[in-house]
Amino acid sequence: MLNYLLRRLLYMVIVLFLVSILSFYIINLPPGSWIQNYALELEASGDIVDQEELDFLNKRYGLDLPLHEQYFRWVLPLISKGDFGESFEWGQPVWPLIEERLFLTMTISIASIIFVYVVSVPIALYSAINQYSIGDYFFSFMGLIGLATPNFLIALVFMIIMLRVFGVTPGGLFSPEYLREPWSLAKFWDMLTHLPVPVIVIGTAGTASLIRILRAQLLDEFQKQYVLTARSKGLRERFLIIKYPLRMAFNPIVSGIGSLLPQIVSGSAIVSIVLGLPTTGPLLLRALIAQDTYAAASMLLMLSVLTVLGVFLSDMLLMWLDPRIRYERAN
Amino acid sequence: MSTRSTVAELASPAELHYEILSQQQLIWRKFKRHRVAYFCMIFLVLFYVLAIFAEFFAPYGPFKRYTDYLYAPPTPIHFIDENGAFNLRPFVYKISSELDLNTFQRTYVEDTSEKYFLQFFTKGEPYRLLGFIDTDIHLFGVVEPGVFFPSGTDGLGRDLFSRMLLGARTSLFVGLMGLAVGFALGLFFGGLSGYYGGGIDMLIQRLIEFLQSLPTLPLWMALAALVPPEWTPIQVYFGISLVLAIVGWTGLARVVRGKLISLREEDYVLAAKLSGLSERAIITRHLLPGFLSYLIVHLTLAIPHMILGETALSFLGLGIQPPAVSLGTLLQDSQNVQTVTINPWLLLPGGLVVVIVIAFNFLGDGLRDAADPYKHL
Repeated sequence: MLNYLLRRLLYMVIVLFLVSILSFYIINLPPGSWIQNYALELEASGDIVDQEELDFLNKRYGLDLPLHEQYFRWVLPLISKGDFGESFEWGQPVWPLIEERLFLTMTISIASIIFVYVVSVPIALYSAINQYSIGDYFFSFMGLIGLATPNFLIALVFMIIMLRVFGVTPGGLFSPEYLREPWSLAKFWDMLTHLPVPVIVIGTAGTASLIRILRAQLLDEFQKQYVLTARSKGLRERFLIIKYPLRMAFNPIVSGIGSLLPQIVSGSAIVSIVLGLPTTGPLLLRALIAQDTYAAASMLLMLSVLTVLGVFLSDMLLMWLDPRIRYERAN
Repeated sequence: MSTRSTVAELASPAELHYEILSQQQLIWRKFKRHRVAYFCMIFLVLFYVLAIFAEFFAPYGPFKRYTDYLYAPPTPIHFIDENGAFNLRPFVYKISSELDLNTFQRTYVEDTSEKYFLQFFTKGEPYRLLGFIDTDIHLFGVVEPGVFFPSGTDGLGRDLFSRMLLGARTSLFVGLMGLAVGFALGLFFGGLSGYYGGGIDMLIQRLIEFLQSLPTLPLWMALAALVPPEWTPIQVYFGISLVLAIVGWTGLARVVRGKLISLREEDYVLAAKLSGLSERAIITRHLLPGFLSYLIVHLTLAIPHMILGETALSFLGLGIQPPAVSLGTLLQDSQNVQTVTINPWLLLPGGLVVVIVIAFNFLGDGLRDAADPYKHL
């Protein structure tokens, strides 16, 4: 057990190390650099390009160095001091820029996962028990639409409905009066009231696919002999279903977090851009386009940390839930 | 009946009627029983035809601007005219715009004094069909100066319906292109992994887990930002499909590996090995046919992912770039909520995406059920 845990942890570190290299290189692959973009921008807006300033910035951010040296300039302080470096675009350290956004990304992701489970488990149960009923068809159809509609389209439709019916422009996570406020209970409550729309939008696809998986799984379990045995023993139907097949069906749900989490983090990125949520998504998009290497690489890395950690936790949970699963090597 | 070899008929003239069907025939039969999937397949085939000959089916060119008709709503089609008389041939009225001087919004009203009948094979903007046939004939349209916009116009006065057809072509084929690359990658790595096992398998599996644990969209965004802005639309197009494929091959590799591992132990593989067949021949001639149907199912279900990916990237401005048209770039116009609320038809390309993706999903489901024709029989 301990052995397995250690192995997983080591593996996680290797993965994150690879992610850091990969994201750094991918961001630097396009021709040009942030400095060149900056100079072009200045030129385009008619400003005088000060060669000395450019040289200074080049030196300061080490952009004239070979790529692997640039990488070490970024990753060594990160490992030793937890310092993410400085964003070129914003001229300030990366961490304070992304700290709150990361926290909000996490909040939204976790809320979306909770939403997915809370909604899909009862619906899947209902659909499986009442197979081929009108309700089952209805939910299957809704699920199909949910799976087929791009996240951002759902977000747009939501915003249009809000604008047409309620005359308000939804968007953002906070009311204007709390935007620049420090965190307080009132601000937290304000955020909670803004959460439902993004959470529903982000969670739709995940909910749809989970209902599908869970329904199929439950139907499979209903066919098994132990269900028949339990029924012939005279167990109440409701008790029986919750006690046996549902528990069996829970396995893929828990292990599903592994695939659900990357999906949700992805979804939150694009939905945030549409709804104007202050998460990492919009900032990442800007950083990628501006080739703001440190900021973009740091965000990609931290998003990967979120998902990899989530998968790890779900595996631990699975092991605790299902005693049959053993991760020790056979022999 | 001639294509089906009915052995029983040949063997005995008895009333007994046996049919011996090949695997393909069994699959096809079972597939046809899945009504919805069958319908979706026909729909998709027709839609691909529509997309390939988009210029012909579109009444206008994708860049033709009608500056008098900015954000014009879909033109209503009439059968009954202002006097209550019924016309067998549908027609549209002349559309005239009025500028509301208070809100500065244009409203479009039908001018019933002039009407234009819809016609087949109208002459319109010249185009090059399939890249080599020069013509100016469009399937339907109205005679100038009448205008007919089946799904309205965008902010520059371009016909949305025509643009949707052309955009669908881009989106549908980016999906296929990405799929082809992803298919090659998945087959290669999955094959290596499944057939050789051991260290290679371990390495490739870790690689797949690694790629699957990354949040897809941010990775796509990072990769799509790689595509240099000075590339021609065609290059961008290939670039984007490559980006989609790089992330998308892992699922297929898993399927291939799983199937290969189970088939590898079969007796007939051992027999082939003993009779001295090369590994290549064993894989292509004996193993591949064994799970081809699963591959096809998986591929069908992967296309919608590619289409959704392209749409999302283009919507963000990282994918296909205007002036090239795709369903994603068309949706860029709807990024402003105020504009869409006033001009809801701008969301129609999104509806088209949903329909296409649903059709592919049904088709994939039907194929999956049919892939194993002995199940439930």
